[in-house]
Amino acid sequence: MNDDGGPIFRQVADLIENAIVDGSLAEESQAPSSNELAAFHRINPATAAKGLNQLVADGVLYKRRGVGMFVATGAREQLLKRRRSEFADQYLRPLMAEAQKLGIPATEVTDMIDNWESPR
Amino acid sequence: MTAAATVSDVTMRFSEHTALAGVSTSIEQNAITGLLGRNGAGKTTLMQLLTGHRVPSSGRVEVFGARPYENDDVLRRTCFIKEGQRYPDHFRVRDALHGASLLFPGWDADLAQTLLADFELPAGRPIKKLSRGMNSAVGIIIGLASRAPFTLFDEPYAGLDVVARHQFYDRLLADYAEHPRTILISTHLIEEIADLLERVLLIDRGRLLLDTDAESVRGSAVTVRGPVDRIRAFAAGHDLLHLDTLAGTGRAVVRLRSGGDGPDTSGLLAEPTNLQELVVAMSLAPPAPRHSSTDALQGVPR
Repeated sequence: MNDDGGPIFRQVADLIENAIVDGSLAEESQAPSSNELAAFHRINPATAAKGLNQLVADGVLYKRRGVGMFVATGAREQLLKRRRSEFADQYLRPLMAEAQKLGIPATEVTDMIDNWESPR
Repeated sequence: MTAAATVSDVTMRFSEHTALAGVSTSIEQNAITGLLGRNGAGKTTLMQLLTGHRVPSSGRVEVFGARPYENDDVLRRTCFIKEGQRYPDHFRVRDALHGASLLFPGWDADLAQTLLADFELPAGRPIKKLSRGMNSAVGIIIGLASRAPFTLFDEPYAGLDVVARHQFYDRLLADYAEHPRTILISTHLIEEIADLLERVLLIDRGRLLLDTDAESVRGSAVTVRGPVDRIRAFAAGHDLLHLDTLAGTGRAVVRLRSGGDGPDTSGLLAEPTNLQELVVAMSLAPPAPRHSSTDALQGVPR
């Protein structure tokens, strides 16, 4: 996993959340097991299990006894809601900090966003 | 945590040399623990004590609740793969595996066959004709296929190439996930193995510098760069492990203490120190007073 200092179990949880948000892991479908995650990411199975349990605690996944973990209905909406509320802090803050460093006024940043064409 | 093995105030002296000085720790059951440290730090000695190859000068070693020395009940459940393991001269690969199959009650012959194929080892070749890497592979196969409840690998991969090492990691993880057991592995290739570990022990000059879970090591230290005086100001609230300077600019490894200012407000460029860099910095730092050394990490907020 990457070396940004964040806990590995959190990175595991984030990757599963990403898959749910972008739709590649549909609601009510089965999430990968901790052993599968451990083998895939080459991490300790206990760490992978901790990431999954975090998602269970958040209500994103739920356990079916003897079968595995599944994506809860409404999980995608829940994650979108949380990520939208974190958007300003995670993305606007560094953007505005850099703009300030370079002396770009907020209005100019707004113009840039208005005229932004996402690369194909 | 449940301990598979405990080491209580163990000192190991050889005539002129103290290999371990008052070491106390426990090896968590069914976890993968990394035993890290420089050459001569005392890693092999600790493993020899845990496997009954030596008796400590003082202190107590217990494995599965009993002393391992000449204790069949403990030793049958213990598999110790030594660095540069030697086998009888006339042994072929299959003889070594056959011998191991008699020794370990949990031996999995199918797994041994799979691993032979993975590592492309010719079963009929005399072991003394094997290359160093292939010799290491024999040890790895025995260590994994033994399924011993307590498996110790001491520098298991001398001469193994990077592909074979990754095969070892993958096989270890897959088999450990299916058959959880206590694994203690010493290695210098820290970066490769860091994410596989659940616990980390760092020994230096016979003393324990780190005894903690791998997750809390991550983010417990930062590498900062910037003006030396600012580094010193920032590090005043923490532990400065290592500092390089060049023309007023410094690069330092700083172990974070709870209550100190975070690196974000220091005006320094900061990035997390990975396990390998932390081990280097801690091993190079002058010996710390003994009392606070082992649990110093526990107060760091995550």
